[in-house]
Amino acid sequence: MTPMSDVMVLLLTFFMLTSTFLKPEPVTVNTPMSVSEIKIPEKSVFSILISPQGQVFLDLDNPDDRISVLEKMATDYNISLTEKEKHDFSIATSFGVPMQNFKEFMSLPLEKQNELLPNYGIPTDSLNNQFKGWVQAARDVKGRDMIIAIKADQSTPYTHIKNVMGSLQDLRENRYNLITSLREVSEEERLGNL
Amino acid sequence: MADKKGKKKGEMKKADTRVNFTPLVDMIMLLLTFFMLATTLSKPQTMEISMPAKDKVTVEEQNEVKASEAFTIYLGAGHKVYYYEGLPNIEEPDYLKETDFSANGLRSILIEKNRNIVQQVRELENRKSLLQISKEEYNKQLSNLKNSKGSPVVIIKPLESSTYSDMIAALDEMLITSIGKYAIVDINDDDKTMLRNSSFPVN
Repeated sequence: MTPMSDVMVLLLTFFMLTSTFLKPEPVTVNTPMSVSEIKIPEKSVFSILISPQGQVFLDLDNPDDRISVLEKMATDYNISLTEKEKHDFSIATSFGVPMQNFKEFMSLPLEKQNELLPNYGIPTDSLNNQFKGWVQAARDVKGRDMIIAIKADQSTPYTHIKNVMGSLQDLRENRYNLITSLREVSEEERLGNL
Repeated sequence: MADKKGKKKGEMKKADTRVNFTPLVDMIMLLLTFFMLATTLSKPQTMEISMPAKDKVTVEEQNEVKASEAFTIYLGAGHKVYYYEGLPNIEEPDYLKETDFSANGLRSILIEKNRNIVQQVRELENRKSLLQISKEEYNKQLSNLKNSKGSPVVIIKPLESSTYSDMIAALDEMLITSIGKYAIVDINDDDKTMLRNSSFPVN
């Protein structure tokens, strides 16, 4: 009995020390596999989550940066912010609400927000491209350091990806990362029958 | 009085020193399960990609690529890949060929096309594993090889019916088959005509 509890304590300590908490995402995506072994950096990542239905959710890790970006967007769209809204926004996870619905969304309690968020998504259509506004604001705040990462599900149709990449190209954002899961490819698979 | 005290002292109870460990193990198992479910060990990987600026890529630049080096891939529905080598040929009906993402599909075709460079990369990797060259040197020589004169240029044109995983799989094949020059380009009208003329069920 005692050795088993020793093993349990060891395993527990290992997990506690080596893992990081997952951020709850509005839409769970299954990223495609790739052999690329480049690790995604932890800081200064502006992540774009594209759901299979084409909804776009954005996430920026630093809470202070989030507040600055929010303030920029608010001035562009003539929305005044209360301190509470700024605070809630900075600690929330991904955001994906059009600016028109922002105030009413933020006034909802947190569980309701998490529940309703998958129904929204940032507009990316050409008439109302708020997505470009967010990316531009984030770039203004962070400068050169920030890297853009795109995370989408395996089954997301290419049209939505093309939309997002097109908007990024319009903003001259030409370098970005695509988040994937690791796939092992054996030596013989790699070199074929050479 | 002395007797009573003596009796009481004699009737001292034995202290029960055995502690039950079972609740401790239960708690630990609960905590462990919580951590296993709520956290993640691995950081997700990324693929880096740079796209050309929108205004720069023109049709003339696309055709500047030598026909011997060019290789065009269309990504269609159902994880299918259609490809042709060299310049587009709208008239010929069977110009466009079909393959898929399996090991003896697109990969073997690309390895065959890139044979020279793949062999050199293999030698380079051998040298790296034998520690004859450093990692930085390996990376430098690898990118030199991939961008060397005469290396193939792959143009990836995803169709609207393809998915994100198709695009990633195509980019992945570029990495696996050591192709350094590739680009993701939108479809133009010539492509649409070619796809319509082909015998494949493409929109």
